[in-house]
Amino acid sequence: MSLIVKNIIKTYDKGNVLALDNVSFEVKQGERFGIIGPDGAGKTSLFRILTTLLLADSGVASVCGNDVVLGFDKIRRISGYMPGKFSLYQDLSVEENLNFFATVFGTTVAENMHLIKDIYVQIEPFKDRPAGKLSGGMKQKLALCCALIHEPKILFLDEPTTGVDPVSRKEFWDMLDRLKSRNITILVSTPYMDEASRCDRIALMQTGKILAIDTLDNIIGSYKNKVFGVETRQMHQLSQFFKTHKAVHSCYPFGDTLHVTPKDALLTSIELESSCKSAGFQDVKVFDIVPNIEDIFMNLMGQNNGI
Amino acid sequence: MKTFLAFVLKEFQHVWRDKRSLFILIAMPVMLMFIFGFALSNEVKNSNIAILCPKPDEEVLSLIEKIDQSKYFTINKMMHNPNEIENYFKQNKGKMVIVFENDFADKLQHDKLANVQLIGDATDPNTATTMIGYAQGIIADYQKSLLGETNLPYAIQVETRMLYNPQLLSAYNFVPGVMALILTLLGTMMTSVSIVKEKEFGSMELLLVSPVKPIMVIFSKALPYALLCFIDVLIILLMARYVLDMPIRGNIFLLLAMSVLFIFTTLSLGLLISNSVDQQQVAMFISLVGLMMPSLIFSGFMFPIENMPKPMQIISNIVPTKWYFEILKSVMVKGLGFSYIWKHTLILVGMTAFFTLVAVRKFKIRLS
Repeated sequence: MSLIVKNIIKTYDKGNVLALDNVSFEVKQGERFGIIGPDGAGKTSLFRILTTLLLADSGVASVCGNDVVLGFDKIRRISGYMPGKFSLYQDLSVEENLNFFATVFGTTVAENMHLIKDIYVQIEPFKDRPAGKLSGGMKQKLALCCALIHEPKILFLDEPTTGVDPVSRKEFWDMLDRLKSRNITILVSTPYMDEASRCDRIALMQTGKILAIDTLDNIIGSYKNKVFGVETRQMHQLSQFFKTHKAVHSCYPFGDTLHVTPKDALLTSIELESSCKSAGFQDVKVFDIVPNIEDIFMNLMGQNNGI
Repeated sequence: MKTFLAFVLKEFQHVWRDKRSLFILIAMPVMLMFIFGFALSNEVKNSNIAILCPKPDEEVLSLIEKIDQSKYFTINKMMHNPNEIENYFKQNKGKMVIVFENDFADKLQHDKLANVQLIGDATDPNTATTMIGYAQGIIADYQKSLLGETNLPYAIQVETRMLYNPQLLSAYNFVPGVMALILTLLGTMMTSVSIVKEKEFGSMELLLVSPVKPIMVIFSKALPYALLCFIDVLIILLMARYVLDMPIRGNIFLLLAMSVLFIFTTLSLGLLISNSVDQQQVAMFISLVGLMMPSLIFSGFMFPIENMPKPMQIISNIVPTKWYFEILKSVMVKGLGFSYIWKHTLILVGMTAFFTLVAVRKFKIRLS
C-alpha cells in the first residue's frame, strides 16, 4: 500500500470546527486516487496531513510505509506536492523556478528532464517569463513540473484544475495519464464531478466525511435508486412542486433538465408525468435516465445531511 | 552547500527584481544623511537677531560688528524702542535680541560697568540656550580684548575645550545615529517581511515538503539582507567622510566589524519576528512600532538617556540600538579601541545569540 489513512480526525479553532471526521482509506502503489467533494469538504486539510504539514488530532496515516508524524522527513523526500494555491515564486521565471526546485531536492533539471519533457515542452516557449505572468493553465503545468522534477514516489495534487479553463483541464488530466507508466501513486482532489472518470478509484467527500469509496463504475452500479429526467419550461415552479411531492425524494436541476429521485423504486415515469399534469403542469416530459456521479453525490450528500 | 547557494541566488534575484525595495534600501541612507546633514540641524548658524540700542556709540558699534561677523548670528534689525521687542518675537523675525543700555561706552570707561541684556525666544529651549551661550562667549571675548590693555591684579580665566568635536558639529551625533537606526530598520524589517512573504504566498508550504532543512531556508534569506545592510554602512561612512567632512577617528576595521555584529543582531531579531507572525503587515508593524520607536527613543541619539527617569534608563538597556550607537560614538568620534567597548560587544553578542536561539526554537517544521 502506498498510502494508508486510518481514522483521521482533525479539528480547528480549539475543536469547534470539525474538518476531518474519522477518515479512512487506502491507496495502492501506482494508483490514481481521486478525492471528490465541494469546497469545505476537508480535502486540503487531508492533503496537508498527508504531506506532513499539519498534525491530525487523532488517527494514523502513512505514506509509502512512513508514518506522517515520525517519518515526516522521509515523506518530504519522496513526495511531490502541488498545493491548491499557486505557490511558486511569481517573480522568478519558469526556468528559474524549475532549476530552484530541482536543486532543493538535490537534483538537476537535465537529470530528470525525461520525467517532465511532455509537460515542459508546452511551457518551454515561455521559459523566460516570470511565473506570476503565466496563464492559469500554464501555471498548473509549471507547478506539476516542479512537483515532478525529483521523481517522487507519490504525488499530492490539491485541486490542480480549479480555476483552469476546460481545455487546459483536459490537457492536465491527459498529462497525468502519461505519468501512469512511471508507476507514481497520485492522490488528486477536485471539486469537479466529471473528473471522477479520470481516476482509478474515487472517494466522495463532504463536510469531513467520506461518503463512498470505490471505482466510479462500481459506485454508479451499486446505486439502486431510479433517477428520472424531467424536461419542462417551468423549471422553477416544477422544482418547487417536486419539493412538496410525496413520492419524490429529491430534485436537482442539471442544465435544462430536472433530475428527480423517487422515494419508491416502483414509481414509473408515466405515473410521475401524469401526477405533474394533474397538478396543472401541461408542458412536462418525464423519462428514465442512467444516474451520473453527480446524482449519486447529491443523494449521498442529502443522506449525510439527514434529509 | 549547493542547495544553500541556490537559495542565496534565489534571494538575490528576489531583491534585485523588486526594484522599489532595492531603491529604498540604497536611497534611504543617502536621503537620511542629506536630510540630517543639510536640512535638519540643531546647530546655530546665521541665526537672525536684533539689536536694541537707542544711541549706538563706538563701543557698541564695534561689539555689534563682532557679533555680526560671527558665523552664528546675522543682525536683521536695529531697534530704537523697547516696544519693538515684543513684535519682533511675535512676528518670528528672529530668536534673540541684544539690548545695550544708554551711554554704553561712557559707562564702560567711567563707571567700569556697563550692562547688556540678552533676550531669547525660549519656545525652543535648546536653541535659545545655545544662542545665549554663543552671545555670552562673544561678549566675554570682547571684554578680554579690552582687558588686554590694562592689567588686573588677579583674574580667573575660564578656558573651555570641547573635546572630540570642537566645532560642535551635529554630524558627530547624527551619523552614528542614522547608521544605527537604518540598520535596525532595514535589518529587521526587510528580513522579517521577506520570510513572512513566503508564508503568505504559500511557497513556504512547498519548501517544507522538501528535504531542505528549514533552518537553512531562514538563514539563506538573511544573507542578502546582511550584505545590503553592509553596503548601507559603507554608503553612510563614505558620505560622512567625503560629503560632511567628518573624520572617522577610530580603527575603520573595528568599526566595520562592530557594524557586522550589529547587522547580525538585527537580522536575528528579524528572524525572530518572522517566525512569530504570519502576515507581512504584522511583521512590518512590529518592526516599525515595536522596534523603530524604542530605538528612536532609547538609543540616546535623539534624547539623552542620562536625563531620563531611572525606570526608562533601565529599559534603554534592552534596546540593542543603544549599545551599537554607543559603540559607534566611541570608535568613530572618540577614536577609542576595543578595550573600551568590549562590554558593549559582549552584550550585543549575547543578544544576537539569544534572539537566534529563540528564533530557531520558534521555527515550525509544520504549518501552524
